[in-house]
Amino acid sequence: MTKLTTLSDAIRTHVHHGDLVYASGFTHLIPFAAGHEIIRQGIKELTLARATPDLIYDQMVAAGCARKLIFSYMGNPGVGSLRVLRSAIESGQLDWEEYSHFGMISRLRAGASGLPFMPMNPTGAEDLAAHNPNYQQVKDPYTGKSVVVVPPLTPDVAIIHVQRADIQGNAQVWGILGEQQLAAFASQRVILTVEEVVDQAVIRSDPNRTIIPGMVVSAVCHVPFCAHPSYTQGYHDRDNELYLAWDEISKTGESVQAYLDEWVYGVPDRKTYWEKLGPDVHRRLSAGERLSQPVNYGDY
Amino acid sequence: MDEISYNPQELMVVNAARLLKDHDVVFVGVGIPNLACNLAMRTHAPNLQMIYEAGVIGAHPARLPLSIGDPTLVSGATAVCSMYDIFTLYLQRGNVDVGFLGGAQIDQFGNINATVIGDYQHPKVRLPGSGGAMEIAAWANRCYIITPHQKRRFPARVDFHTSIGFLSGGDARAKTGVRGGGPQAVVTNLGILKPDEQGEMVLAAIHPGVTYEQARENTGWPLKITEDCPETLPPTADELYILREKLDPQRIYI
Repeated sequence: MTKLTTLSDAIRTHVHHGDLVYASGFTHLIPFAAGHEIIRQGIKELTLARATPDLIYDQMVAAGCARKLIFSYMGNPGVGSLRVLRSAIESGQLDWEEYSHFGMISRLRAGASGLPFMPMNPTGAEDLAAHNPNYQQVKDPYTGKSVVVVPPLTPDVAIIHVQRADIQGNAQVWGILGEQQLAAFASQRVILTVEEVVDQAVIRSDPNRTIIPGMVVSAVCHVPFCAHPSYTQGYHDRDNELYLAWDEISKTGESVQAYLDEWVYGVPDRKTYWEKLGPDVHRRLSAGERLSQPVNYGDY
Repeated sequence: MDEISYNPQELMVVNAARLLKDHDVVFVGVGIPNLACNLAMRTHAPNLQMIYEAGVIGAHPARLPLSIGDPTLVSGATAVCSMYDIFTLYLQRGNVDVGFLGGAQIDQFGNINATVIGDYQHPKVRLPGSGGAMEIAAWANRCYIITPHQKRRFPARVDFHTSIGFLSGGDARAKTGVRGGGPQAVVTNLGILKPDEQGEMVLAAIHPGVTYEQARENTGWPLKITEDCPETLPPTADELYILREKLDPQRIYI
């Protein structure tokens, strides 16, 4: 059965007012097109979870989509701070819940594994735990030592961009894997955006590369260049110029609004957005070619 | 001897690179730490292994990475794993020799604040937060901090413990049960601070042309100075050539 649908239908069907959303991807494969579609559909009161909120959540919070943020590093990677989020937190307008990367990922791991909590070794840094009661300590029954535990994170919906998948949602990723797999297994519903929809024979030719199986996927959307201004390994580079530009754009509410008007509300979909970026940007972001050596699975 | 000129960033990169040993497995950040690792690899530590919190092991970046998840880190790396795996199999398990840390505040005992200035619930300045730092500081065998030497960055006590050094000193760190050795050096533009036997950061080396007074004036606690406190060797022409021509020709970080 095909799960292929448009991104706008997938968002309308699977992302609801008040949901806990995990748009995954660590620097790599961040599903910007889906964030922009959520903004266009005017979905509000979301709890937005990501290890690194990145520009995607800066933009979604600026557009009024969120009531709460769950995160572990709130910076503009390689540039500086995420000004919209920072000012929303400093002014008390946005609720937040904070972890270290490992705490955040351990929550997803518990959620993805169906476990009541995940243990971690202590770090001695207890100030964050003092403000976040989800950090608890329990006694290791085997050694009597203390371990830190965090509860499962089980988002209502995960949005995950991948290089290729078949129409059932069997998805293959290469490059930085981040928390893609955990976010998929931890969530109630999974929207997959894919650079290429491929025949299942392509997936079956290299099963080791499949990190998300179709059985946990709700919808498959063909959205090339979904990740811009982040990147998709082997398809296009990260647009560092836009990351730097956002640092300027996000200095005032007016320029943020102007950006959203032009690049989010002003375009109907990602195809138009990508064309609007123009051939110079496409050239600048071209990935070039560096192929892996094929492996022999054997003919059994 | 001819005077070679260099800027504070170059001075810090070169001195940080010299702290790395051949075969070290290093948890790297972008910017200055990345330059230090690449410089060490091209000089005295050719077998150094760079790993990144994004889940990249044995990176050989062909260009200067501009973010912690730059695609150039992946192309040509020896392995890529999930974030959960990098923090468990590599870091928590004890397979990381060196971690680099940074932050808005570093205190007398090497504790770091990268979270908030002022009250946590009502922040005066909200900073990015831990990222990987909380666990790197606890579990890497040794940690290094590279930072400009300014009084506001070196308070006696940090506002918030994002990651720990030696807490209040003495056996406070050991009592927490963390496996790593804690901060072993803070490399600044004035010199190098190292922990004494109590875990207090003391001036252990000074850069050429810097005075003890400058170091004291720019530190928020009464800075102790080790008995010998040698002068660091200035960056060599070779080190500066690699940095300027090979690693960061566009001078993004130096």
